Parts: sequence; structure tokens; C-alpha cells
Amino acid sequence: MTRAAYKLRLLQLRTPYKLTPNCQSINLGLTRILLEIIGINNTISGSKRSFDEKPYIRRPYSGGATRHKAERTCVLSFALQFFNGLQITVVLALVSGALGSLLGLFVAMAKLSKRDVVALLGRAYTTIVRGLPELLIILVVYFGGTAAITALTGRYVEINAFAAGIAALMIVFGAYCAEIFRGAIMSVPQGQAEAARSLGLKPWQIWLFVILPQMMRVALPAYGNLWASLVKDTSLVSVIGLTDIMRVAFIGAGSMRAPLTFYLVASALYLSLTSMSLASFRALERRIEIPGH
Amino acid sequence: MDINLIVDSISVLAHGVFLTLSVTLLSLVVSFILSVPLSLLRASPNRALSRSVLAYTYVFRGTPLLVQLFLVYYGLSQLTVVRQSIFWPLLREPFWCALAAFSLNSTAYTTEVFRAGILAVPRGITEAAQALGLSRLMQIRLIIFPLAFRMVLPSYANEVIGMVKASSLASTVTLLEITGLARRMVSETFAPYEVFLAAGLLYLLLNFIVSAFFRTLEMHLAHSPTSNSRNIKAGPKSSKLWPLRQAIDKRAHTKPDDQPSIRSL
Repeated sequence: MTRAAYKLRLLQLRTPYKLTPNCQSINLGLTRILLEIIGINNTISGSKRSFDEKPYIRRPYSGGATRHKAERTCVLSFALQFFNGLQITVVLALVSGALGSLLGLFVAMAKLSKRDVVALLGRAYTTIVRGLPELLIILVVYFGGTAAITALTGRYVEINAFAAGIAALMIVFGAYCAEIFRGAIMSVPQGQAEAARSLGLKPWQIWLFVILPQMMRVALPAYGNLWASLVKDTSLVSVIGLTDIMRVAFIGAGSMRAPLTFYLVASALYLSLTSMSLASFRALERRIEIPGH
Repeated sequence: MDINLIVDSISVLAHGVFLTLSVTLLSLVVSFILSVPLSLLRASPNRALSRSVLAYTYVFRGTPLLVQLFLVYYGLSQLTVVRQSIFWPLLREPFWCALAAFSLNSTAYTTEVFRAGILAVPRGITEAAQALGLSRLMQIRLIIFPLAFRMVLPSYANEVIGMVKASSLASTVTLLEITGLARRMVSETFAPYEVFLAAGLLYLLLNFIVSAFFRTLEMHLAHSPTSNSRNIKAGPKSSKLWPLRQAIDKRAHTKPDDQPSIRSL
């Protein structure tokens, strides 16, 4: 293949895979294109192989060496897809974690508010969301969200699996965060807020400059554990079709008939992700800890 | 919002409650049985023993339950040696695979929870038990483990609730419990809100029952003479368990506020 043709093929590869919202799953055609690039079979240059025109006809067995070479390069191409899945998992975890932390902070402030209605709303939110399975919430947001927005706008609008995953994980993470932050805020001595008020700080300044920094130090260990479980919960979004690590492993296991290999690779990737997040949170804790507290 | 559909969904999904409860309860029982010796190993001062159990809990707490479930269900069926073994009729069924995966995962979490409890028992109590001449097994059975269990009861309750919620993952391996039935109903009726609302109500009901059970258990244990949980407000003496507790105390010749006695543990 010429270099220009190679680049064009690469562009055609990336466009349907990443940018189209509806293209959720990697189809086998993508794998064949990748194999092409690596040079397994030269479909583009026009040689006639009945394998590619009629994919349902079994191609003749051409010896063990070719099969092993095919399997090896399949593994390489799946490594690329695992890398893409890893990117999607990491982005999903970061975005839903950031948004969920903000949401959890507001819900924690609501639960500590003096107005009964607001506190009751906050308590209802955390009790309900912490009592429901995460898978159920993901399914509700995905299927129900499509129905809701379609009814609202009148046209058929489909929710992207990525957006549904972010929304659902944000809701779940926010509920657990709210509990952690509420406990941490309650552990900050009340004298701090009173002193800040007597110094003339406005309420939003008291929150931002006095309470939140002290609250973060207390909440950090539990928050780190929660972040690790968020990374693991992103695997559930593969159920609605998002191509993250788990989905790549599922497709690979099905197409290559080797579930053990693919799921072991997926679990190794998830283990490294959780280890990294736990290690970084421990390092952060050590950085901001005060001896004697 | 079709109320009829919600009521219909609840009656259909109630058929899945049996499977949910059986998967949850069986895996909890198995994980409790497995995690007691494992947590003792993990809490032992011998670093080799502790680290080997740590390897197991680290892997199983660090990977998602979905991956573990798929590994057991799809991965084990790939091996010819499994397909030809005597366990194949069991491992072919999604129920037993889900049970195995959930048990392994729950054992890892419960081991860590109990380990924290065992390490939190004051050393003076262990030394006193040793001074009384109790063997190590008797120490653990009569003193250390009951105290440890009472201390970590809130964490264990969280773990049980987490298990009830994790049972919904069994729907991904075609087990028709609440979530599985709900997904099938949604694909038939195209009414996601009503069906998932019914499923959510059922899960909330189950979790409420579990929380109420653990609250009662905590209050009941708070009455015991050797209760360490002084910040637990002991429940009213008009509760149904109080006469039972009085009868037990009378049998053991002890009043509830007496000095702590080993016999009444």
C-alpha cells in the first residue's frame, strides 16, 4: 500500500470509530482493515480472495504457520483496540468523577442546610441512589433518557452511550460523595465557621476558604476508595454498548473464541488503573497530612 | 406514567425476587464461611501468610465484578478440562457461575472488613483471655471474633447491601432475576420508566429490609454485657427481642448490667 493510501485508510478507520455517536461497537470489518494495514491480506491492492468477497465461505486451511501469524497480528490489532478502550474508560472516569464530586458537594451542603425541605431532598437523593444497583441506574438513564428527550423535543433523539454513562456514573458517584463530604464537613470544628463569620467573611467565602480545605483533608482516604470503585463501575457502561475495556474484551472473546485471554487482559488493565488511582491518592494524603492529626 | 403498568411490572418482577435473594443469600453465606479463616490469616503477625491473602483480596477488590463474572462464566467454559470434568453440569448454568463469582468477590471484601475488626480488638482483652488459660482457638471463638464482628457491623451491613445490588449484574449472564426480567419487559413493552421504577422499588424494599435487620442486630448486641459499642443508643426495652434477652440472661445467671462474663457471650 502506498503511504497516501495508508493514511487515507487510517483516517477512514478513525472517523467512524470515534466521532460517530451511533457507532458503538467495533465490527469485524474493522479488524480486517487493521489486518490489512499490517499486511496479512492485500484486499486493497485488488487481489482476489474469496474470503473477503464472501465472508461466509470458510477459507482453506493454509497451515499452522499462517494461522499463528494471523493470530499474532490479531493480538496486535486488539492491543490497539484495548488502548482505545482504555482511553475511553479513563476519560469516562475522570469526567464523571469530577462532575459527581461537584454534585456530591452541593448535595452535602444541602443536607446540612437549616431548611428542612432542602435537607429532606438531599436525604431522599442519597438514600434512593445508594439503594439502587448501579446497573439499573445506567439502564434507566440510557433507555429512559432517550424516551424523555424524545418526548420533550418531539423528534427522535438518541442518547449516546458515553453521555448516558457519564450522567449515570455522576448520579451514583455524587450520592456516595455526598455522604463522605457530609461526614467530613461535620468533623470540621464549628468554631472555624464562627470565627470566619466574625471576621466578616461572606458565606460563600467561608465555604471556599475555610471549610472546604479542612474538609478535603478528612475526606481524602474515603474519597480515594470511592474513586477506585468508580473506575470499576465504568465497566458496567459496556452493557449499553460503550466501547471501553470491557466491551473490547467482550468482542475479542467472542470473535477469537478466547474469553480467558481477553478477560484476563481486561482485569490486568483494570487492576493497573485502580492501583494507580489508589497510589496517587495515598501520595496526596501523605503530602497534605499534618503530623499529629 | 401508566399506573397499571407499574403494578403489572411489580407483579412480574416479583418472580425475580426469589432468584435475587437466593443468589445474594447463598453467596453471602459462602463468603462468610470462607472469610472467617481468611481474615484470621490476614490479621496474623506472620507476614508471609498475611501477604498471600492480601494478594487474593487485592486482585479481587481491584477488578470489577463484571470482569470476574465473565471470567468465571465464559472463561472457564473455554477450557476443555472444565468441560469434561464432573462440575460441568454446574458450571454450565449461569446461576452457579454467578454464585461462584459473587462469593469470591464478597469473600475478598468481607476478609478485609473482618481483618480491620480483628486488629481493632484491644490487646489487653486477648492477653487476659490468654492468662485465663484459653487455647488460641477458644480465644478466637469466644472473645476475639464476637468483639470484632460487633465493631465492624456497620461495614458488614454495607457489604451485604452491596451484594444485593451486585446481584443485578447476574442479568448480564442471562440470569432472570429482577434486572434481567426488567430488561426483558422493557424490550417487550417499550416503557422503560414504569418497568425500571418497579424494579427500583423492589430493590429499595430489599435494601430497606436488610438495613432494618442490621439495625435491630446492632441494637440487640448493644444490650450485651460485653458491648464495646457505647455510642450505639441501645434500643427500647419494649422491643420484641428484650424478653428473649432477659430469658437468656436468667439462664446464664447474670443480670444485663452485671460485670462482663465469658459465659454470656
